[in-house]
Amino acid sequence: MFEATALNERNRRIQTLFTLLFGLMTVILVVPVLIILAVLIHEGAPAISMEFLFSAPTQGMTAGGIFPALVGTIWLVTVALVASVPVGVAAAIYLSEYAPDNWLTRLINLAIINLAGVPSIVHALFGVGAFVLFAGFGTSILSASLTLAVMTLPVVIVATRESLQAVPQAFREACWSMGATRWQTIRKVVLPNSVSGILTGVILEVSRTAGETAPIMFTGAAFFLTYLPQGVLDQTMAMSMHLFVISTSVPGVPEATRAGTALVLISMVLLMNATSIAFRVYLRGKKKW
Amino acid sequence: MPPEPATAAGARVTDLDHRGRDWYVDRAVSTIVFVGGISAIVLIVGIFVFITREGVGFVFGAFDFREFFGSTAWRPTADTPQYGALALIAGTASVTGLAMLVSVPFSLGAAIFISEFATGRVKESLKVLVEMLAAIPSVVWGFVGLTMMNPLIIDVFDVPVGLGVLNSGIILGLMAAPIMTTIAEDALKAVPDTYREAAEAMGATKWQVVFNVLLPAARNGLTAAVLLGVGRGFGETMAVLMASGHAVNIPTSPFDSVRALTATIAAELGETPVGSDHYRALFTLGILLFVVTFAINLTADLVVRGTNRR
Amino acid sequence: MVDAAVKLAVEGLTISFGELTVLRGVDLAVREHEIFGIIGPAGSGKTSFLRALNRMDEFDPDMRVEGRVLFNGRDVYEVRNVYALRRRIGVVFPLPVGLPLTIYENVALAPRLAGVKRKEALDDIVERCLTRAALWDEVKDRLTALGSLLSGGQQQRLTIARALSQEPELLLLDEFSIAVDPVTTMRIEDVLKQLRSEITIIMVTNLVQQARRLADRTAFFLNGDLIEVAETEELFTGQVADPRTRHYVEGRFG
Repeated sequence: MFEATALNERNRRIQTLFTLLFGLMTVILVVPVLIILAVLIHEGAPAISMEFLFSAPTQGMTAGGIFPALVGTIWLVTVALVASVPVGVAAAIYLSEYAPDNWLTRLINLAIINLAGVPSIVHALFGVGAFVLFAGFGTSILSASLTLAVMTLPVVIVATRESLQAVPQAFREACWSMGATRWQTIRKVVLPNSVSGILTGVILEVSRTAGETAPIMFTGAAFFLTYLPQGVLDQTMAMSMHLFVISTSVPGVPEATRAGTALVLISMVLLMNATSIAFRVYLRGKKKW
Repeated sequence: MPPEPATAAGARVTDLDHRGRDWYVDRAVSTIVFVGGISAIVLIVGIFVFITREGVGFVFGAFDFREFFGSTAWRPTADTPQYGALALIAGTASVTGLAMLVSVPFSLGAAIFISEFATGRVKESLKVLVEMLAAIPSVVWGFVGLTMMNPLIIDVFDVPVGLGVLNSGIILGLMAAPIMTTIAEDALKAVPDTYREAAEAMGATKWQVVFNVLLPAARNGLTAAVLLGVGRGFGETMAVLMASGHAVNIPTSPFDSVRALTATIAAELGETPVGSDHYRALFTLGILLFVVTFAINLTADLVVRGTNRR
Repeated sequence: MVDAAVKLAVEGLTISFGELTVLRGVDLAVREHEIFGIIGPAGSGKTSFLRALNRMDEFDPDMRVEGRVLFNGRDVYEVRNVYALRRRIGVVFPLPVGLPLTIYENVALAPRLAGVKRKEALDDIVERCLTRAALWDEVKDRLTALGSLLSGGQQQRLTIARALSQEPELLLLDEFSIAVDPVTTMRIEDVLKQLRSEITIIMVTNLVQQARRLADRTAFFLNGDLIEVAETEELFTGQVADPRTRHYVEGRFG
């Protein structure tokens, strides 16, 4: 009864055209991830071996492995977590459970957004000025990790706050009217039901911290060390720094080694992201109310 | 030890005016979390204070406004040091500009596609891929620029060197794209379905709905997305350091080598003695970066707030 | 009429949200061991009235309370430990709430907060309260199931069990049956009738017949004013002081 008019036909053709065009744009945007991974795997896989992962660089870093860099990254990430998670979770609890809707709260939110937007090299300058020099920690894991902690604090705060706010207000009201204090309510009902969201944020923070270079370049990461760090006041090598160094400052490093280092780093990061995503999907299935 | 209460009423040994442990614990916690809450403000202020502290010596000393912003001669290690940052500013501007030129259309296009046209598995996979794109560390991007884009540009465009504005511009564009896509997507999602339904009820095709209804309605959020993308590009360090070359000059072609503000700090800070003019000049570059990105973030926030007030 | 003790009294209670006044100068007294009904159309201030009684306005920065609320003769706004006050007052909300804890923990929460630690004592309280709330038989074999996944009617009875676990002196119910099936409503009404001899109950309801079934005395609120308080039977047989009350009760407006 309704026949397609010429206008309908034209509209439908434009529709298909646009859909294809924008679909193509999307593909062009995301395909690089896959290409990069493919190339890195192709170039770098030959270099990957148990020896590569567990031995130190030798012969002026043109041979050997990446073990000290891996260890260093673990040190940095751990100390940064210890510094940022308590503060971040506390801040998120404040914002979600206590903060009134006033100018101070808006200022805090603005500060969080800005903190997340500060260029990494400016964080590095801050780290040098505040931790290396002013606090006197010198170039050390402590200075570098604290710099990283400041940088990734927003990630923890935002992820935690979102998961806290996802808990329905009705639960809090029910607890309050029974005579529970705010903290008792948070401790017994709100926090336990947000742990998963917090974990997602933490995993995300870890993945970002592991990949950062600029904030640690001048605050604690070293070009080359013959020893593993023994404590937080030691300097350390790190995966991100190591990749930078062997790509720009050391001649004669085999292409496979470079690509292999990049592959290990990107794999670590992508794996953690994938875990975080998978965790989120799993959580969506486990409804508790 | 008083015997443990067996019922709630029995436990009500306290009268209404006795503030027990729970009362004080709650007070303590509210103080602790408040301190945590203002930590963000303290830190952002602290960052500004510390970089200014180190840079102020330059600003009130060897700093010459006209030279800084007008001269391309950045020669801090010469016998008579010159601190002209114009070329560095141009370097940052050109790389960021190219990045935005390349990336904004694709990011918005992708946001529209993912938000309005993709469904189910495809949508989920695309969103995951965008997240993966965002997760790639900047040093790896720099590595990509050095080892993959470099030879590619040399081959395709037949130029001697592949490090420069084009290389780092494309890399930067890819780095800024996820944040723009995600925020643009959120902005589109925030447009109420009633708008879409009303337009479709009038016979509009999906694309007409997008162009005539959704984009204008999400205008503020989309602007914020682009602003934040610019901020990201502006502040990026490692990728630009590794892929843009080292020449301090104002670029005349996309194949020219340039030096950005961020890369300059990263490249030179390690070599300068603490407290020297050069050192302080680098911190001053940091102040400039901080102020600009702060302004961009503030603007983006105000733009978005304009949406919410509607 | 026997002169019973006054459990709760309000004097000149005025509640406002910013510019909007939702309750104007209310004076009334609730006697011990009575079921006191409050009826009136939506927006009359009934819910705000309840919230002021246990100082829940503390959690709403826009809500301003003026006047006095006297619980056992004491002004609640001068009590130094508001949590102790709230523990003595149980509340049931319109929408059933099962906390995302096990059913056992739902009912054990208030006793735990009050200091009860021994498992036997808690077991005893949980069973007793669930039984009195007419829920024990349905859940006794799955006390470790999540309270938030129960049906609406079960969650509402769970809420009552939680309230009972506080061993309250006063129980406040705000339209407890609107989201619940008629069978559950009936069971809860039976529970309330049994409780009357032990505690005092204030019940806000939009179901006029429910007030007639349960309340000893009933108050009629309209647009923020207390129009009148009367013995329920008198109210429903037309012996009212104000014609608006009769009109409301007869269903002429709602």
